[in-house]
Amino acid sequence: MASSLVGRWVARIPRRPHAVLGAVRWNSSISQRPGSDHVRFPGAVNSKFTSEMTFSRPSTMTAMPTYRVMDSDGVIVDTSRGPPDVPDEEVITWYKNMLTVNIMDVIMFEAQRQGRISFYMVSAGEEGIAVGSASALAPEDVIFLQYREAGVFQQRGFTLKQFMSQLFANRNDSGLGRNMPVHYGSSKLGIYTISSPLATQIPQATGAAYALKLQALQNPNNPPRVVACYFGEGAASEGDFHAALNIAATRSCPVIFICRNNGYAISTPTLEQYRGDGIASRGVGYGIDTIRVDGNDIFAVREATKEARRMALENGGRPILIEAMSYRVSHHSTSDDSFAYRARVEVEDWKRRDNPIIRLRKWLENKGLWNDELEQQTRNELRAAILKEFNAAEREKKPPLRSLFTDVYENLTEEAEAQRQELKRHLEKYPDEYNLNDYEDGIKGL
Amino acid sequence: MSLPRAAGRLLARSWQQGLRFYSAAAPSPSARLNLPIDYKTTPLLHHTPSSLANSLELPKNASTKQINLYQAINAALRTAMSASDKVILFGEDVAFGGVFRCSMDLQMEFGSERVFNTPLTEQGIVGFAIGAAAQGLKPVAEIQFADYVFPAFDQIVNEAAKFRYREGTTGANVGGLVIRMPCGGVGHGALYHSQSPEALFAHVPGVRVVIPRSPSQAKGLLLSAILECNDPVIFMEPKILYRAAVEHVPIESYTLPLSKAEVIKPGTDLTIISYGQPLYLCSAAIAAAENARKGLKVELIDLRTIYPWDRQTVLESVRKTGRAIIVHESMINYGVGAEVAATIQEGAFLRLEAPIKRVAGWSTHTGLAYEQFILPDVARIYDAIIQTLDY
Repeated sequence: MASSLVGRWVARIPRRPHAVLGAVRWNSSISQRPGSDHVRFPGAVNSKFTSEMTFSRPSTMTAMPTYRVMDSDGVIVDTSRGPPDVPDEEVITWYKNMLTVNIMDVIMFEAQRQGRISFYMVSAGEEGIAVGSASALAPEDVIFLQYREAGVFQQRGFTLKQFMSQLFANRNDSGLGRNMPVHYGSSKLGIYTISSPLATQIPQATGAAYALKLQALQNPNNPPRVVACYFGEGAASEGDFHAALNIAATRSCPVIFICRNNGYAISTPTLEQYRGDGIASRGVGYGIDTIRVDGNDIFAVREATKEARRMALENGGRPILIEAMSYRVSHHSTSDDSFAYRARVEVEDWKRRDNPIIRLRKWLENKGLWNDELEQQTRNELRAAILKEFNAAEREKKPPLRSLFTDVYENLTEEAEAQRQELKRHLEKYPDEYNLNDYEDGIKGL
Repeated sequence: MSLPRAAGRLLARSWQQGLRFYSAAAPSPSARLNLPIDYKTTPLLHHTPSSLANSLELPKNASTKQINLYQAINAALRTAMSASDKVILFGEDVAFGGVFRCSMDLQMEFGSERVFNTPLTEQGIVGFAIGAAAQGLKPVAEIQFADYVFPAFDQIVNEAAKFRYREGTTGANVGGLVIRMPCGGVGHGALYHSQSPEALFAHVPGVRVVIPRSPSQAKGLLLSAILECNDPVIFMEPKILYRAAVEHVPIESYTLPLSKAEVIKPGTDLTIISYGQPLYLCSAAIAAAENARKGLKVELIDLRTIYPWDRQTVLESVRKTGRAIIVHESMINYGVGAEVAATIQEGAFLRLEAPIKRVAGWSTHTGLAYEQFILPDVARIYDAIIQTLDY
């Protein structure tokens, strides 16, 4: 703040011929009126003076409530409200999408344990946040993800073949085998490829939302679009979170920030992550309309996201923050044994007590839309479909070797071309030292 | 960080008042080499429209105007914004014209939706720019001083540079992105208003790093970076030249090629490779050396693009002259000179008649009172020329 005030002071120095020192008043100019009971300091114009010295204490404030539609038995809590505004078939699709991610997680976690893929991260306990929010977005909305949102891809139409191609880094992977497993992406689905550095996508989402806003202004025929940006509560401690929400607010960007608060960032519990009222309380500090929802309740997530989308497009655009509460049932990743820092019983408790899949299953069963037989049949079908793509993807070749040099720049630089030639010379001289046949077209693919 | 930067803004104002000699930077009364650069007579600037017409790359028969470097940047930004409504301009304090006046009047002309202030957050500015570029805009982000780009280092190195590569066949990229920043010594910028971090970015595949030496170069290279280049570009502007370097610049729109060095002055006995402001020092040192050694002809090359750089032009020159000196302000250790020297050693080994010499900033910080002893000057470059010739 100090710095920008100096900037403003500098701005008052006249530099145009028609400006005379002191004669120019800028729109942003604010001065203190005598006798006013309100602060007229430019930094907080709506503050009233008080002669009572009171520190605002977070401990005395009520925690932000958590919005839910149905309870852990799948029963709609507020009986006065109508049924969810979606056809039963669509709810069944959500359920199958959550189940698909869940079954794929179990298979791929095991595949990593067998050394068949290098790495994996499951979404267990958070499938409802991903599928529920994605169901409320328009297909043309743009999405930035962290990595634990496979359900967003599934809900948007990412195919099992695409999942498996990425996980096995084979020649059908759009990332050309360059990224670690679970770093999916699809421009066709409007989802940017995931990158490992945490929170970097948050200011990018803000900038993308500004672009959508500007494009809508420049061409009113463009449909109004929003950006949805997902991240965990740990990532929200990064400076990029702060930067992103602040710019989104000051530039009125149509972006929905969706925080998955699952209680842990690898081994770090939220008590060591922050001391405020979660992530939601911060949104208010940035001047952003904010809601906290029950992340295990897919109806609550969907409704909040749908309303957030409407609000984000209102009056030229603005950001909205959704904090979706959940519990990371699984290990952080295949490289993590979470029982090193939390009790097995705690995890088992969460698994049993509540999760988004079981909760929606109960709702479906209560409505007579689902039963044990359908459950078993669906699980078998999904498992078979996943294993089919698994086996096909595992047998595919890796992308051609030239992909290791391309796309650093739009065109291969002279230096990169020289290095490609040098690698080729080397491989031709020592072909037995490398598994060249694993790659499409072998050495010719370089 | 905010307090020193505020001071920086006030300093910026004082730099604009014209050349001042602070006690630390006053020339020695007996100096014969380390004289203040006379930008009005240096052969590196086009003082007449006819000298501009002789330049191979600049437009022929163009109407010209004498402008300084910040006005050239301003003209390039205006031209780019007129050419494409995808171009947007933002950063700290750009709306009122910028602390160095580079964005003057642009908000009035193009509106507050396309030219605007951001909150004071470098990581936010670059992250925001990456997102806008990914969605097809051509964002020109300003970092107020190159010294303050480091909070955005992660976004540049891990995100902007790797975006196209990790997206693969999805085709998403941030090629429209340009990040501008004032850089280099200014006589009294001390630790945080003097840095030249180009070598750090040159170690990052995926970004282009460009540094112009003059108003005409700045306009052409910046227009190229914004309108033609589909890779993210880091565009570093030597701030000491903002007001000092004045020359004739074509009024019309034109571009200069990236990754292409320019032989400013041909020669046969020695090659000096530099970029940005030190080129003026090189030019003065060459004049002194050629005056002292009759018949000596030194070739001077402006790299212009630090990475990916024009290795062929440099190698061709050194294969001809057999001797090379590299000059830059940033630290000698792991600097641009190291890469250029290693490349020359590899590509012109049999032609080398003397060790390749690097004249660069010492491996220290730019202490306020010591700047004239830390950054390269005419005397050090002159001495390097003599040493290399006499080896």
